Amino acid sequence: MRYLPLTDADRREMLAATGADSVAALFRDVPRDVWLERPVDLPHAMGEIEVERALGRLAAKNLPAGAVPSFLGCGAYRHHLPAAVDHLIQRGEFLTSYTPYQPEISQGTLQSLFEFQTQVALITGMDVANASMYDGATACAEAMMMANRLTRRHKAILAGDLHPHYRATAATYARFAGQSVVERRPDPMAEDDLAALLDGETSCVVVQNPGCFGHVRDFSALAAACHRAGALLVVVVNEIVSLGLVTSPGEMDADIVAGEGQSIGNPMGFGGPHLGLFATREKFVRQMPGRLAGQTGDADGRRGYVLTLSTREQHIRREKATSNICTNSGLCALAFTIHLALLGEAGYVRLAEINHARAVAMAERLARIPGITPLTPSFFNEIAVRLPRPAAPVVEALAARGVLAGVPGGRLWPERAELADLLILAATETTTEDDIAALAAGLAEALR
Amino acid sequence: MSTVKYTRDHEWVRVEGDIAVIGITDYAQTQLGDVVYVELPELGRKVEQGKEAAVVESVKAASEVYAPISGEVVAVNDALSGEPGKVNLDPMGDGWFLKLRIANPKELEALLDEKSYSGFVEGLH
Amino acid sequence: MSEWSKALAGSVAPVEASAPTLSGNRGLMLEEPLLFEQDAPGRSGVDLPPPPPVADRLGVLRRRGPIGLPGLSEPQVVRHFTRLSQKNYGIDLGIYPLGSCTMKHNPRLNEKLARLPGFADIHPLQPQSTVQGALELIDTLARWIKVLTGMPAVAMSPGAGAHGELCGMMCIRAALDARGESSRRRVLVAESAHGTNPATAAACGFTVDPTPANARGRVDLGALRAKLGGDVAAIMVTNPNTCGLFEDEIVAIAEATHAAGAYFYCDGANFNAIVGRVRPGDLGIDCMHLNLHKTFSTPHGGGGPGSGPVVLAESLARFAPLPWLVHDAKGFRLVEETSGASAQALGRIKGFHGQMGMFVRALAYMMSHGADGLRQVSGDAVLNANYLLARLGDVLTASFPGPCMHEALFDDRFLAGTSLTTLDFAKAMIDEGVHPMTMYFPLVVHGALLVEPTETESRQSLDGFIAVVRGLAERASRGEVAPFHAAPGFAPRRRLDETAAARKPVLRWRRAAGSERDAAE
Repeated sequence: MRYLPLTDADRREMLAATGADSVAALFRDVPRDVWLERPVDLPHAMGEIEVERALGRLAAKNLPAGAVPSFLGCGAYRHHLPAAVDHLIQRGEFLTSYTPYQPEISQGTLQSLFEFQTQVALITGMDVANASMYDGATACAEAMMMANRLTRRHKAILAGDLHPHYRATAATYARFAGQSVVERRPDPMAEDDLAALLDGETSCVVVQNPGCFGHVRDFSALAAACHRAGALLVVVVNEIVSLGLVTSPGEMDADIVAGEGQSIGNPMGFGGPHLGLFATREKFVRQMPGRLAGQTGDADGRRGYVLTLSTREQHIRREKATSNICTNSGLCALAFTIHLALLGEAGYVRLAEINHARAVAMAERLARIPGITPLTPSFFNEIAVRLPRPAAPVVEALAARGVLAGVPGGRLWPERAELADLLILAATETTTEDDIAALAAGLAEALR
Repeated sequence: MSTVKYTRDHEWVRVEGDIAVIGITDYAQTQLGDVVYVELPELGRKVEQGKEAAVVESVKAASEVYAPISGEVVAVNDALSGEPGKVNLDPMGDGWFLKLRIANPKELEALLDEKSYSGFVEGLH
Repeated sequence: MSEWSKALAGSVAPVEASAPTLSGNRGLMLEEPLLFEQDAPGRSGVDLPPPPPVADRLGVLRRRGPIGLPGLSEPQVVRHFTRLSQKNYGIDLGIYPLGSCTMKHNPRLNEKLARLPGFADIHPLQPQSTVQGALELIDTLARWIKVLTGMPAVAMSPGAGAHGELCGMMCIRAALDARGESSRRRVLVAESAHGTNPATAAACGFTVDPTPANARGRVDLGALRAKLGGDVAAIMVTNPNTCGLFEDEIVAIAEATHAAGAYFYCDGANFNAIVGRVRPGDLGIDCMHLNLHKTFSTPHGGGGPGSGPVVLAESLARFAPLPWLVHDAKGFRLVEETSGASAQALGRIKGFHGQMGMFVRALAYMMSHGADGLRQVSGDAVLNANYLLARLGDVLTASFPGPCMHEALFDDRFLAGTSLTTLDFAKAMIDEGVHPMTMYFPLVVHGALLVEPTETESRQSLDGFIAVVRGLAERASRGEVAPFHAAPGFAPRRRLDETAAARKPVLRWRRAAGSERDAAE
């Protein structure tokens, strides 16, 4: 078996060294009535050819978004990944290394994490960022928990256009921590007066920018209102390319930013693994969850990096930790760092401008189709439109004809019939004029 | 000459009138290693004997500091936020943590005097 | 003085490395500054066309002022990260014997298959009719996991082991609430447990009550029984435990727990010891997380991503978080709302459906081994660990008599009288080109050294490791302590000042004050 180096001669000699008669004897602490005498009922070992064939068959049953015009967004976006990114993250020293607990032989990981943390702080306009979380939804939930700890209050207000998966995750975390959330109704037409909901029990208000329907808003006034009420403002960003063009949460005076970084460096991958981003103000750093890489010096006075402020974490603080998180999204964070290093300031801003331009072209084209009502006057690369009938069957019909026409409201809000005729569409730098033409033709046909 | 009393959790108390100055002992700071951060209570907080009053952190550990006696926090050592190493260098002096207005002087009677505490520490080895 | 101060004090003789060079480089080991120190404004490593002029829709929300990201070309970026990679140890380089981490070889077939466009380039919210192959893969993996563990249900979405623990403990709380027993709030956690266990229990609103081990290193059944009561929600036990021992009274532990009306959460981090030979379902557990990045070979990537599916007993299955994956006559389908059968499901604990990229890798690995191969995996893993125990037991101090499972636990009694600590020993191993074992965990012995070789280490690799450890132990016992205190001397960095890093945290690069583009900060 290709992954097992021991030969039968090795096994015999090593067993002799242990003094045991058989390998089974080494398992003598296992009660006999739960000891399996034979392999379980699963297929036998397979060589590479067979495994490739079996999984290749499964892959072939899926429609890759890159093979057709595709307009899906809502927290996962199709961007071009420069070829160098995937090559670099597959270097064995990055791929097969562990959490950097022995810093002297982990400077590669630690320095790249320090660079990642800096990049995230810069683009979000915040002071400090951690070394990543599982994804945007769990980062959002952890941001809410952190706000609860800091304010010693237990009620979080969740904006109606927060991604429903993020809202649901935050609600689950809150429920089991004995805390509460106020879930505002999603409504693409109305701007909710969140400031009016603040009271002496509010720990934080959680908003998303751009919102789930695509709206781009200024939350500076809301930040001020939160602070007057002793609460914190959490801003969620789940299309991280938007920060190349849109005012950052830091500039709006946000307290915590929870984000999804998948758009930079990582494929959509059917939803995972993705990349949770987490950034905050300097004064809150000791309440921050997740790992942190910090700069220091070694015994020869050379600059180096270590994991630091570890007393916040589970392996030291156990039940009093800021979070139970251990493994995070290290390699996805590295991919992000490499991609953003390749883009640089000029590339990142230009990428955002192209995304916006493609989305404007898409919005203008869709606005000309009879029956379609655009709902998002101000957006980055994603818009919501209202169709004259439920959107899900329209999306299915277009999929059958080779166009992935976006996310129907019924998929994200199955419990809200009033959103079933909504369609949310995203455009990126991979969207061509032909793609938009195919989308428009398909929708016009479906709505005739 | 003010009296200093000790607890089995390695806190010390120095009584100065109706105020108690509290810190951790030299034994505690040696066990802890380099102190990197001290979390101190807010002024005005009322602490109970035996309950957590502060947290002291080294690189690899975080330890609760328990109030040796009950009282109201009237001062905390702000210098520790910039220089937590004072706890290692001068645990009985510059490295003090907080000052309480003593709620119940009788609580001091249950604490160890210097001789008993030294004996207790020796017995730990 | 702390051990750090001792190591950094100038009074210690430096390790005899080669003479300092002009550049600070040493042969193939090259120094590399930060990205931010190589900036040229306007430069980019990606060619993008100028955007067409559009009437933009951002209004006042267009970002003003620079962000501060550095500009580099592709050759510079490739060189930067190549140089950084050289400063990392990895499984590809040598033995990585971290106890309870299961650092086994990461097969490259897994990487190839995860990158197939049919898996990598599909969006999680595509119409389900267009991703039936992906859903079938998840279902197939779920079936393999259920058969290997002997459990009827599995929640696939948790993002890592700790997340799986959270999922499992949330299911337990939901089950207790549904039973009207919300007053059960105490969770008994084995003293030797990984820190995530109590952290998870606390995150779910439970209070943590540590339960002790006996002299044999296992959960003390009598003490556990005494602690069980009507207010106990669950116990959390790792099996095999973090001392590398099989909990031989686990069936009785499960029975006592159930008799007291509580649930049994099992931490499955050490499943590599028993995969294919014992089914945790037969032991009486109610839920258990697996770490696909441990037992099932998905790469650790410097700290993730992982994947932590949670197997569930019948009594907990209905509380599994959304989404559920069902397979019926119409095909594979994700259930994404609470209604009907899923009415009591926990809400979501994560965005989308789970760590699909890790699912592909883990299934490729499982299929490569097959049922027979996975049985061989646990056999070789346990044999390798016992071989190390046998060949090192006379120079190190094993904490418990053998045999052990897939990992062997030693403590620092062998260093008594040498003035050396477990930390010093580990740093000396680095100079020998060997990654140290897990240190100072579990907390139940002093100065722990927990060694897990895994089944993918060859005899030659193990013998090399044994020779290094024996040599260092003998050197220590002869009192040759200076090299230990000064170690490491040959790694890309010597010992780093973690105290300074924690006292005055510098968590990001900042442009020096007074330079251009200050307005951004």
